Amino acid sequence: MRRASTVTTPRKLSPYAIARTRRKKSLQRFAQAFFGQPAGVIGLVILSVFVLLAVSAPLLFDREMLDITKTLGNESLEPPNGDFWLGTDENGRSILAVLVWGARASLVVGLAASLISMVLGTLIGIGSGHYTGLAGSALQRLTDWFLVIPFIPLVVVLAAVLGQRGLGTIVLVLGVTSWPGTARLVRAQTLSVEGRPYLERAKVLGDSDWQQMTKHVLPNVMPLVIANTTLTVAIVILSETTLAFLGLGDPFLDSWGTMLDKATGAGAASTGAWWYLLPPGICVILVVLAFTLIGRTLEVVLNPRLGSE
Amino acid sequence: MSDVAALELRDVHVTYRTREGPVPAVRGVDLSVFAGEVVGVAGESGCGKSTIVSTILRLFPASATVTGEVLLDGENVLTMRWGRMRAVRWGVASVVFQGALHSLNPIQRIGTQLVEPIFLHDKLATDNSAATKVRTLLEQVGLPARHADAYPHQLSGGQKQRVMIALALACDPQVLICDEPTTALDVMVQAQILELLIGIARERSMAMLLISHDLSVLGTSCDRVAVMYAGRIIEHGPARAVFDWPEHPYTRALSSAFPTIGDAASRYAPSGLPGDPPFPGDLPSGCPFHPRCPSALPVCPTVDVKLLPAGPGRTAACVLVDQSVPTR
Amino acid sequence: MAVAAAVRAADSDPEPQRPARGGQQGGLGRFIGYRLVAGLGTLVFVLLFNFFLFRMLPGDPAARYRAVKSISPADLAKIRDELTAPLPQQFVAYLKDPLALDGISSWKGQPVWDLVQGRAWPTLVLLGATTIVAVVIGVWIGIKAGWNRGSRFDKVSTAVTLLFYATPEFWLGLLLILLFSTGIGFFPGIFPSGGVIDSGIDPLSFEGITSIADHTVLPAVALAAVYLAEYSLIMRASMVDELGQDYLMTARAKGMMDHMVRRRHAVPNASLPTITLIFLNIGFIIGGAITVETVFSYPGLGLLTFEAVSEQDYVLMQALFLVFTMSVIVFNIIADIVIAVIDPRIRT
Repeated sequence: MRRASTVTTPRKLSPYAIARTRRKKSLQRFAQAFFGQPAGVIGLVILSVFVLLAVSAPLLFDREMLDITKTLGNESLEPPNGDFWLGTDENGRSILAVLVWGARASLVVGLAASLISMVLGTLIGIGSGHYTGLAGSALQRLTDWFLVIPFIPLVVVLAAVLGQRGLGTIVLVLGVTSWPGTARLVRAQTLSVEGRPYLERAKVLGDSDWQQMTKHVLPNVMPLVIANTTLTVAIVILSETTLAFLGLGDPFLDSWGTMLDKATGAGAASTGAWWYLLPPGICVILVVLAFTLIGRTLEVVLNPRLGSE
Repeated sequence: MSDVAALELRDVHVTYRTREGPVPAVRGVDLSVFAGEVVGVAGESGCGKSTIVSTILRLFPASATVTGEVLLDGENVLTMRWGRMRAVRWGVASVVFQGALHSLNPIQRIGTQLVEPIFLHDKLATDNSAATKVRTLLEQVGLPARHADAYPHQLSGGQKQRVMIALALACDPQVLICDEPTTALDVMVQAQILELLIGIARERSMAMLLISHDLSVLGTSCDRVAVMYAGRIIEHGPARAVFDWPEHPYTRALSSAFPTIGDAASRYAPSGLPGDPPFPGDLPSGCPFHPRCPSALPVCPTVDVKLLPAGPGRTAACVLVDQSVPTR
Repeated sequence: MAVAAAVRAADSDPEPQRPARGGQQGGLGRFIGYRLVAGLGTLVFVLLFNFFLFRMLPGDPAARYRAVKSISPADLAKIRDELTAPLPQQFVAYLKDPLALDGISSWKGQPVWDLVQGRAWPTLVLLGATTIVAVVIGVWIGIKAGWNRGSRFDKVSTAVTLLFYATPEFWLGLLLILLFSTGIGFFPGIFPSGGVIDSGIDPLSFEGITSIADHTVLPAVALAAVYLAEYSLIMRASMVDELGQDYLMTARAKGMMDHMVRRRHAVPNASLPTITLIFLNIGFIIGGAITVETVFSYPGLGLLTFEAVSEQDYVLMQALFLVFTMSVIVFNIIADIVIAVIDPRIRT
């Protein structure tokens, strides 16, 4: 939009100060754009609630409440009542307590695995876009190949093959399987950045490949990567739930997926124990929805090409 | 020739509703085109000339408010019923859009796209008659008939624009509107397309409205031109006269923005205008051109000048015109 | 005369590609050929990947077979020899029979092929039902929401589809069992909660088909909800992308009715990404049905995978994984060919 120019002549500022004010300005602009999108705000609110619950889980419910040797006195599969707002599971544990502690497991797995996926996807994506020779096309082939491997069967088989299942294994399995989408996106963006004049200039001025990639390409693909990673978190949390539900999760970790696995094992669906089935599922939906909403809003806000509506 | 204009705009205003408030894109335009006449509209991007095109077939978005009258053969399109509107579209007036690159459906064959309006407007058309018509149309615009089987991406920019022209002629309209028909084409091809368009309009004595940012093109090929600035016509008159002896300082700047071939002086002093055209939502006071005007007077920021007579068949919206009229 | 001059001049206008009908067919043929070769490359990678994935296992691979009573000691020795041979030798053996069709399942002691064969058709039934429901409803919602962007239909349908998109399909399955199979409150328990057909019925008889339909409704709905959401979101986004395209303005200017502009111009162009996704997903649904088939004890390849995992039957797992991956590759190729047939720009 064109307006009458109101540029005041800048006083002599250090380049860093200029960069800092510019960064602050663009951050403000970003925040304004983000909070102008109701979907993004709703996602952020939902996510904040769950993060708060996850962080304050030890304050709300004593860890002991999850220990099945300590809950033998409670009735099992009790419908919601005054003592147990969401009822009890087959071991007499408070479903609300397990649920709140489960938020930790789901969020930790989701964020950690997405981080791995983000790093892998960005490295491979930038590499395959930047290097034109054999290395580049090899990385691109690798991405294409991994894209056709069905995700859920791969995760299931990998978890089964790796055997011992701790939190680390799950994070690793989900992290190393969910990067191809990110890589493909980053590659496309890298190619478009590589075509711009300032990269030409950097090459002429003798920047090394590493400098070109870190100084020029990375800052340009980062917004896209962040939006994409937010969406990856949603998929990873869904996948963790699937794994845990199939009995391939960490048996000592009470994630929402594990709860659903146990609920099925206890016949919750066929006996009508809705209070055992509904809460973990709804929590998964809300958290996945939150990350999806935030990711979609970030995409719109950070990528003006998509349009603001 | 009948005295009812084939196309007439009467005091047309177009205002877009945006988040930043109303944006008046067109602020009172009067213009008429008679059958057999080619009228040009010139101006920089954002002056409202393409918005005018959208009013003629009522193709403006829902966010636009249009007042005034747009008459096609005496019939106001703004108050027409939708059924009649659809019949008028392409049947009475058709458009050659700018950027033929995207104005054709990329996944349909050229022939399919040409046949579509024929069946839409001629209930008696048969497959045979339509196919014959397509062949004739393609030949008229200088394309071999086999191009009917081609897809748009297989044609060059100039060929696509020829297809667009054939498409515009498909229902033998009385009015042909050309919205920057030669932008995005090679210079050589531009001349060919323009020649083709004008030739067809003259041959069929159609009324033609030619929109362009290039005043020199309009000056040589139109009967009359109107120059627009900030949503208004600021100069209007016989094409040659307006181009050769512009009255309004803006027209003067526009006509000298393109160097005259053979005139060495114009090459050494290309007098481009300083600054950008104003944003329609935030117009300067008085004459909207005064901040960029090389001959602005102290009164200019306060007087909103209307079109004033400026010679035989000419008008211009400038305070200087008052003094200059008697001297020429 | 001006026209004639312009007509003559038209030939000086460069012509990028000569449109000839024969040439286009050749383009499509070349495209398919290229696509098949690329698919073959992917297949080689997948075969290698599959081989090494299952050679990462720790411990004595033959030990797992001891539990199977039906295997004779001689067979067991043979299996041990095969599984502990040097890698290159194993690889040669693997290439001869990558699907492990002759391999013996450590869980059932049966050839893997027999197990896979018997489980394939329920998955195909489920896949067909899911795809039809998801495509018809999803695409319809996407078109309507995208065309009327910002309308109440758009807002409500986008909210609902996002909710479905975030739902684990097996949880929806559990909920459906709770509501329509077990029955709770007002909800009638009218659908069976397990199997694909009542026992003792010929699947090709009328009773057989109704019984299969009866058993397939709930799992298909659970799976379809997720994919429906994906299709409608993609279709909506593509429609919104098309809304601003110039050729729609041309179509409108021609005097077409709004719904005709939508049907004849906007939808065909906008449906290209969705068509790709639909075919890709057909490959993915086959493997993605693991949880839903497990929840409904639906005896397809998904449930078989779950059983292979629980029984640690790696031979079976390897065969299934390859079946899933190959189906994705095949549908990937089909997707590209279908798109090339619809979109002339791709094949040149």
